[in-house]
Amino acid sequence: MTRLVYFSSISGNTHRFVEKLGAPAARIPLYAKEPALNADEPFVLVTPTYGGGNGRGAVPKQVIRFLNDEENRGLLRGVIAAGNTNFGEAYCLAGDIISAKCKVPTLYRFELFGTQDDVNVVHDGLDQFWKAH
Amino acid sequence: MTPPEKLKLVDQVQAINWNRIEDEKDVEVWHRLTGNFWLPEKVPLSNDVQSWNTLNEQEQVLTMRVFTGLTLLDTIQGTVGAVSLIPDAVTPHEEAVYTNIAFMESVHAKSYSSIFSTLCSTKEIDEAFRWSVENENLQRKAAIIMDYYRGDEPLKRKVASTLLESFLFYSGFYLPMYWSSRAKLTNTADLIRLIIRDEAVHGYYIGYKYQLGVEKLGAAEQQELKDYTFNLMYELYENEVQYTQDLYDGVGLTEDVKKFLHYNANKALMNLGYEPMFPKTATDVNPSILSALSPNADENHDFFSGSGSSYVIGKAVSTEDEDWDF
Repeated sequence: MTRLVYFSSISGNTHRFVEKLGAPAARIPLYAKEPALNADEPFVLVTPTYGGGNGRGAVPKQVIRFLNDEENRGLLRGVIAAGNTNFGEAYCLAGDIISAKCKVPTLYRFELFGTQDDVNVVHDGLDQFWKAH
Repeated sequence: MTPPEKLKLVDQVQAINWNRIEDEKDVEVWHRLTGNFWLPEKVPLSNDVQSWNTLNEQEQVLTMRVFTGLTLLDTIQGTVGAVSLIPDAVTPHEEAVYTNIAFMESVHAKSYSSIFSTLCSTKEIDEAFRWSVENENLQRKAAIIMDYYRGDEPLKRKVASTLLESFLFYSGFYLPMYWSSRAKLTNTADLIRLIIRDEAVHGYYIGYKYQLGVEKLGAAEQQELKDYTFNLMYELYENEVQYTQDLYDGVGLTEDVKKFLHYNANKALMNLGYEPMFPKTATDVNPSILSALSPNADENHDFFSGSGSSYVIGKAVSTEDEDWDF
């Protein structure tokens, strides 16, 4: 099991960010018919934010389903959210919602699939984070 | 004068079945777009009249010119751009999404007229529209884009469309964000934010469909499209810089606007699946502008940098999502 769990829709922006991080990561399945993902050690979650709808549906359903599992939720240590500033107040809202519901910090926010600078900060930041946790 | 060529229509239409979906992105985006639906009549623009009167004449003229420029782009996108994508659609649901995009662009175009009629005299409005017809750089950007919409290459049309949605609007969008950061024309800024939100979904979706098309090509064709995209971006960027100078030199904001252009050019390229082109040093948008765009964007949420207030667990965020069961 890895220490990074992520969700990415078929447009694949978050997948691409995680790929650029170069760290092993487990992907939350896209479809309910696929076997559910079960975390077995502490992890950081990377999730996109679905924009608009006045905050409704900001967290992808698949991520909600994953976090509804108490064991998964208990192992969550932090969240990294992707979004687009064009969504105004809803920018990276998925991170805020998960942070509030699961009582973990939002570690970072980035837009679309992230710039190389974002990748560098998160890469080094996660190293430090796991040394401290 | 030669008559304009007829816009191509789809060859064959079958009854659209929303219960049989080939690309779930179509449904997701349809719901997002319809969920975001709005009309300018819902925004209390008249509350900006007093604020408008605090602008000097040069600032008022600038604002009106910016809005006529935006009106032109939205008109193109509503009547030609989004419509021209319909015959290239791969699924019937994609066609339906484009009709939604086309309609919303017409709503956007009309909303600038709501702003004008609330704030300005008929004579001023006519003068601003005359300026938009006579400004070379504005006309040039319209001509460049229109050329690709008329062309015969579906993927290039998507590139042009995404660059319009995600890049070309921003020399204009800058100004209402600037006024809003100074507590001026705040209702107008609220309306513009609704437009900005829509354009983000449009750029994301059209860019996604572009990437699906590119995936199916061989390496040489993929490279050709990538070169084409960057060439078009450079061409539009050069023109955009001149257009920005025409508008903003008088008020001394040109350099600030250019950073906003770079930042959005990067995002437009990312929507098309390409790595950003401008380095961080060129995209450091004025924090007050970024914050006018998104109140969350300038807060320091970089927990990793260890700076003061960042280790904050999200405060209660109201979520009406019924799927959570804890």
